[in-house]
Amino acid sequence: MALSSSTFDHANARKASIGRRFSRYFHRHPRLSILLLLALPLLWLGAVYFGSLGALVLQSFFHYDSYSGHVLPQLTGENYLELLSPSNLSIVLRTTSMAVAVTLASALLAFPLAYYSVRYAKGRTKALLYLAVILPLWSSYIVRVYSWKLILAREGIISWFLAQLGMTQLLENVLKLPGIGGASLSMSMLGMWMVFVYIWLPYMILPIHAALERVPKTLLEASGDLGARPGQTFWKVTLPLALPGVVAGSIFTFSLTLGDFIIPGTIGNSSLFIGQAVLRHQGTAGNIPLAAALTVVPMAVMAVYLVIARRLGAFDAL
Amino acid sequence: MRSRFRPPFGLTLAAVAAVLFLHIPLLLIGLYAFTTEETAYTFPPPGLTTRWFLEAFQRADLWSALTLSLKVATITTLISLALGVLAAFAVHHGKFIGKEAITFLVILPIALPGIVTGIALRSALKMMSLEFSFWTIVLGHVTFCIVTIYNNVIARLRRTGFSIVEASMDLGADTFQTFRYVILPTIASALLAGGMLAFSLSFDEVIVTTFTAGQQATLPIWILAQLSRPRDRPVTNVVAFFVIIITTLPILLAYRLTRQDEEVQ
Repeated sequence: MALSSSTFDHANARKASIGRRFSRYFHRHPRLSILLLLALPLLWLGAVYFGSLGALVLQSFFHYDSYSGHVLPQLTGENYLELLSPSNLSIVLRTTSMAVAVTLASALLAFPLAYYSVRYAKGRTKALLYLAVILPLWSSYIVRVYSWKLILAREGIISWFLAQLGMTQLLENVLKLPGIGGASLSMSMLGMWMVFVYIWLPYMILPIHAALERVPKTLLEASGDLGARPGQTFWKVTLPLALPGVVAGSIFTFSLTLGDFIIPGTIGNSSLFIGQAVLRHQGTAGNIPLAAALTVVPMAVMAVYLVIARRLGAFDAL
Repeated sequence: MRSRFRPPFGLTLAAVAAVLFLHIPLLLIGLYAFTTEETAYTFPPPGLTTRWFLEAFQRADLWSALTLSLKVATITTLISLALGVLAAFAVHHGKFIGKEAITFLVILPIALPGIVTGIALRSALKMMSLEFSFWTIVLGHVTFCIVTIYNNVIARLRRTGFSIVEASMDLGADTFQTFRYVILPTIASALLAGGMLAFSLSFDEVIVTTFTAGQQATLPIWILAQLSRPRDRPVTNVVAFFVIIITTLPILLAYRLTRQDEEVQ
């Protein structure tokens, strides 16, 4: 029996098609097949994408000659020193504060919705709530920004709504506040903050939702059995366990706000954000080294942020 | 962690408020596409009309932006499908050093702010003195679209396991037959879902595109120009409405596909 089977194998091997021979070869050389599988993705992401990133970081150490407008490949730290100039420092500070404010507001808005969906919604309602979150997440970013141009306009829906309530004066007073105010909502930091929160909110809801889903029901029951009131269970059991989800969400809201240049360019006043400054330096001036150094700021901030987030266990909640 | 109790009123209110906050702006886009107002964003609209749809339909610049966007999204989706599947298979089946690095590399383009990807690619293109073209837009889009395919396919592979592939090989199928008759049918709906997400991601990407498009205008770039210098408000409203519709459909379809998948599991 063994003999006949081996004879059969032999005959089969001789007749083997090219495809069969190929697959045997790959089966015997797993490393080669992995290499073949990875060659193209690695070429694209590794060489083109990662290579460009590396070149960008390298250029942040190059010298920019402001008279000729040329970039000279002499290693220097001057671009990073220039980041510490008052005007650049205020840009970095402004952008980071906005990112913090946006992250806080997103977390406050996202938590109740995620909590409601996990704890109380069932079947169809739950599916609909999920869709209500992913639809805005995947739908057009630029159109969603545009919609706020309509909303925040002086003649738009917010002014109309407040006028119906007889609260126009309140809006006027808020807009007079230094720092967050402006000529109209669409020209104020307050307005920009609302748009940022709106655009990135779904990125906060989904990780919180995922973290809450993973809180074991038994733990909540145990807490109740041991005499905790629902409020105590929430603060002492649910919230700490959901925290990695909040941190995971904040990675997105924070990073996305740091790098955005379209929202600050559309809504708000003329004070610059990191993204706009990058755009300006690399554009007409061609000062790629300074622009590169500026983009290293969000990269560095995110790197620190990711290390902290990892300690807090946020990666399991992604 | 489902509760037998009714939700507290405050919680329901906060949840409803968040849903409204997410959706009222999109509904307003729908309303403004029909407004008769030409020069302002007056609410409520003084009157309703469909004439802007006809006007938008006759705009040559819009048509060329739309065709460019559709072409870019189609080619981007096809390339991302190929690269995403390859990477997912390598990471799932192979044991090799640097496996974690591959996952990291795939996720990086969406984890980093778009401006970083954009300026990095732009300065690299300039350094190699390459002209901006259709392909430079695709180059940028593929980097961040691979992840949607990769995630969908690898999730599916993890659920199905390697045993069916081994069974197929044991029964005498070669690699290509196994791929065609066993693997492809198993991952088909994951490919479709990932592909549709990649398509809508590419179709309305604007940040990286501003750096890699040169003088070409995709549809989102066209809208962006209107944001800074609003010249054709009514037409822009119609375009915004159209974009919302055209991106919503693939998202709903992708959702259905992945949900059926979960129900089967």
